[in-house]
Amino acid sequence: MSAQLLLVQSLNGLQFGVLLFLVAAGLTLVFGVMDFINLAHGVQYMLGAYLGATFAAWAGGFWWGLLLALPTTLAIGLALEWLVFRHLYDRDHLSQVLATFGVILVLNQGVRAIWGTAPLQMPLPEALSGGIALMPGLLYPVYRLAILAAGVLLAGLLWFLVEHTRTGALVRAGASNAPMVAALGVDIRRLFTVVFAFGAMLAGFAGVMAAPILSVEPGMGDSLLILAFVVIVIGGIGSVRGALMSALLVGLIETLGKSLMPDLMRLFLDPSAARQAGAALASMLVYIAMAAILAVRPQGLFPARAG
Amino acid sequence: MGGIGRRGVLLGGAATTGALAAPVVRGQRAAGVKIGLVAVLTGPQAALGTHLRDGFLLGLKHLENRLGGLPAEVVVIDDELRPEVAVQKVRAALERDKVDFVVGVVFSNILAAVMRPVTEANTFLISTNAGPSTFAGRGCNPFFFTTSYNNDQVHSVMGQAAQDEGHRRVFLMTPNYQAGRDAIAGFKSRFRGEVVDEVYAPLDTRDFSAELARIAAAKPDALFTFMPGGLGVTLVRQYRQAGLANIPFLSTFTVDEATLPAQQDAALGFFSAAPWAPNMDNPQNKRFVADFEAAYNYVPASYAAQSYDAANLLDSAVRRVNGNLSDKNALREAIRAADFRSVRGTFRFGTNHYPVQDMWLCRVARRPDGRFQTETVRRVLEANADPYGAECRMRVA
Amino acid sequence: MERASAALREASPALLLLGLLAAAPFLGFGQGYTMTLLARAMILAMAAVSLSVLVGGAGLVSLGHAAPLGVGAYAVVALDAAGVTEGLVVLPGAAAAAALFALATGAVAIRTSGVHFIMITLAFGQMAFFTAGSLTAYGGDDGYTLYGRTELFGTRLLEDRLGFHWVCLGLLAAVLLLCRLLLASRFGRVLRASRENPLRVRAVGFEPYPFRLLAYALMGAVAGLAGALLANATEFVAPSYMAWQRSGDLLFMAILGGLGSLPGAVAGALAIVLLEEWLSELTEHWRLIFGPLLILSVLFLRGGLAGLPAQLGGLLRRG
Repeated sequence: MSAQLLLVQSLNGLQFGVLLFLVAAGLTLVFGVMDFINLAHGVQYMLGAYLGATFAAWAGGFWWGLLLALPTTLAIGLALEWLVFRHLYDRDHLSQVLATFGVILVLNQGVRAIWGTAPLQMPLPEALSGGIALMPGLLYPVYRLAILAAGVLLAGLLWFLVEHTRTGALVRAGASNAPMVAALGVDIRRLFTVVFAFGAMLAGFAGVMAAPILSVEPGMGDSLLILAFVVIVIGGIGSVRGALMSALLVGLIETLGKSLMPDLMRLFLDPSAARQAGAALASMLVYIAMAAILAVRPQGLFPARAG
Repeated sequence: MGGIGRRGVLLGGAATTGALAAPVVRGQRAAGVKIGLVAVLTGPQAALGTHLRDGFLLGLKHLENRLGGLPAEVVVIDDELRPEVAVQKVRAALERDKVDFVVGVVFSNILAAVMRPVTEANTFLISTNAGPSTFAGRGCNPFFFTTSYNNDQVHSVMGQAAQDEGHRRVFLMTPNYQAGRDAIAGFKSRFRGEVVDEVYAPLDTRDFSAELARIAAAKPDALFTFMPGGLGVTLVRQYRQAGLANIPFLSTFTVDEATLPAQQDAALGFFSAAPWAPNMDNPQNKRFVADFEAAYNYVPASYAAQSYDAANLLDSAVRRVNGNLSDKNALREAIRAADFRSVRGTFRFGTNHYPVQDMWLCRVARRPDGRFQTETVRRVLEANADPYGAECRMRVA
Repeated sequence: MERASAALREASPALLLLGLLAAAPFLGFGQGYTMTLLARAMILAMAAVSLSVLVGGAGLVSLGHAAPLGVGAYAVVALDAAGVTEGLVVLPGAAAAAALFALATGAVAIRTSGVHFIMITLAFGQMAFFTAGSLTAYGGDDGYTLYGRTELFGTRLLEDRLGFHWVCLGLLAAVLLLCRLLLASRFGRVLRASRENPLRVRAVGFEPYPFRLLAYALMGAVAGLAGALLANATEFVAPSYMAWQRSGDLLFMAILGGLGSLPGAVAGALAIVLLEEWLSELTEHWRLIFGPLLILSVLFLRGGLAGLPAQLGGLLRRG
């Protein structure tokens, strides 16, 4: 493999990592602040993609899709919080897992009932539809660079919100000692509602951003949800910085693993067996990495200060 | 078609067509024909199953919900693309619902899983899409027919086409599972040029950038790929976005009417291979496509066409045995006769119960009404029988 | 006398459930399909009971319990491919293989706790899943068809629907009894104590780690046994046996039943298997009903199904 190809693959890995970060950011916020395991985060991501594609087709263009999908996912997040999640804050993790799994079933089936089973398409924004030649014969879509930028901006924004605003201070305080914050006269329930709805909107944002390059289809959030959990656990639960770092790490491992493993296995096996074994091993690589990291550093790579 | 239950879709009633057929009372045997229709209806590949189901149901509707004069009842089974779930549900259909035929199945691994329970119950299994080689050769089965093709046939068409077009260096990419490996074997069986590289992508690939970079680096004359359903949607759009569309895109089950609504312009000019395309010029096909679009408001794919054919095949067979479904040998002969008008024009079975048929090179085009469909380019193989038929020694009791 | 009646009262939910399952063939459910369904429910109940011991007894919330189940199923496949079909070899073999798998992965996983334990068991489950998918000798992703069920003492008892029912029921009863005895023993007390307060357990001179690991391996063996039976019930084995969704299903059965309650886990398995079947007959969109039911059960059934009688009793007394 040439150095040039390796460079392109690394860029691909980073870009996939940023996409993972977009999904994981909301998850780690809700998990870290509210100590709430929200399995339904994946379907909220899917809803974002479906709503974005629908609004884009209806109002004409990507930007309208994004603009309309964000408040809608926020509203759905608020509704879900009111209906289901707020009754689960003081329950154990297992109850949360079970109830949010129920939400997954409902939303997955609901999406199928409303939109049918055929995949949808979301157009690329006109201004970002071009490509940059990175190596001969291969264009790097500008839109993917935009995703990179969106991820970096989001990371910065979250960092600012959490570290430098009053709400952020409350959020941090609430994460480390919720009863104490409540005793100080802060409406912790309302704080949680805000954080949760914001997390839902982040998931929706990730969905809209992913829609033009991935397939908008039923169940699209399920496999990504597991990867997002891997990301936040490796990164250290509740840590935005950790989520960013580990998302990039997971993206790199997954992408480079896919492209290097088959070649690596060729050193030991005959070509066709090497390709298949390499592909299987590449799928496993992320999980092997997670098991190894957790075995050595159970709190993740960048544990949040709040614990 | 939203509210169809898994069980007891009674097509004999007035609800769907207003026909006069009398409703069938459940459990009253021999009064009608009961069919277990297996299709994947949940998860990312659900669109394919929806085509398959709707195609079969349209066939029944055209037959006024009767097969060979007997009222027909359909039990829709969602296999969820999980083999052990399929086995369990198909068992239920056989044991509890006492279905007379099991029809459908999109994916080969599901077919392999339900093969034994269905055929051992001496029930005919009619695949309307999956056509693995396992059951075409030494594993052929007297209770198994397929109205689609042998998987190898389709992939080998692309091998032949690549050979005919003079592509010398071809890059191969498929998902990392048995059908993917079969696709590559099928392609290679007729392609004589150089295979630049073979890539097996994980079945749950979401982002093909890593693979696309390898393709660009290899600079092949053409790409051959097999990426069914949602995988194909993602690949085609990313392939176009990466500026690779100047490398001819030869594919099987990757660009078809099930995925085109999401691929749209990105797939224009891409090639596929099939025994059927919506633009085929014969009266039964014109009626099928027009009525299908009117009923379901989307363009049918081959999954729908082959299932529509299956409904007509069953109709002809039940009629030939005068509604006597208990004499399995006579019924088998009746199915084998394939005395119906196919949307492909002509249709006949080989000795292994797989079709012997023309295979076409197709290309994605935009219709005047703005919808997308595959259209025939040329006939690549004529009256083609799959390569395994010779190994089949059909054991007929 | 008093102790005996207390023991009886404690065992009564389990006896009631087992009694109902034993009576099922004589209550008009003898016809084919219901028996198939019940056998499946009993097999999954075994796995759910073993998981309930881990979660409720030892505080080990595993999201990878489908992996030992799948290892058991693949042990049947491997032995079948090698021509070994005698149950006296196959069933212990499957349990042993699963126990070894649990021992090896548990040795690493049990060093972590809480959410990290959930995730590391998930990781091992996924590794097992992808490994099974690459076993081309056993069908890879496509799975492996078993052309005959496991034999028992050289007889084809398991092929017979009623015979299979009794075997599953007998093994389920044995598993329930074994787990009950295990939890009541000194070993079980250390487990529970180390869940509630590991520091105190260490203070009295016990190191929780080996106890937890042993429990993890034993319950892995039970799951492996269930996997071997499931392979026989389905006559087909595929990597999806080990998919994380299956691990989730098992966890839900255990939680729905009421944490730590073994008969509750059986009830949870029965409820989920039967409810899925019944709802999916009603409508294609059955998950739109099943999902809310799941949520409502979490919100209002605090003690799970096992707590239902007490909760109903409370309502009656108040009303």
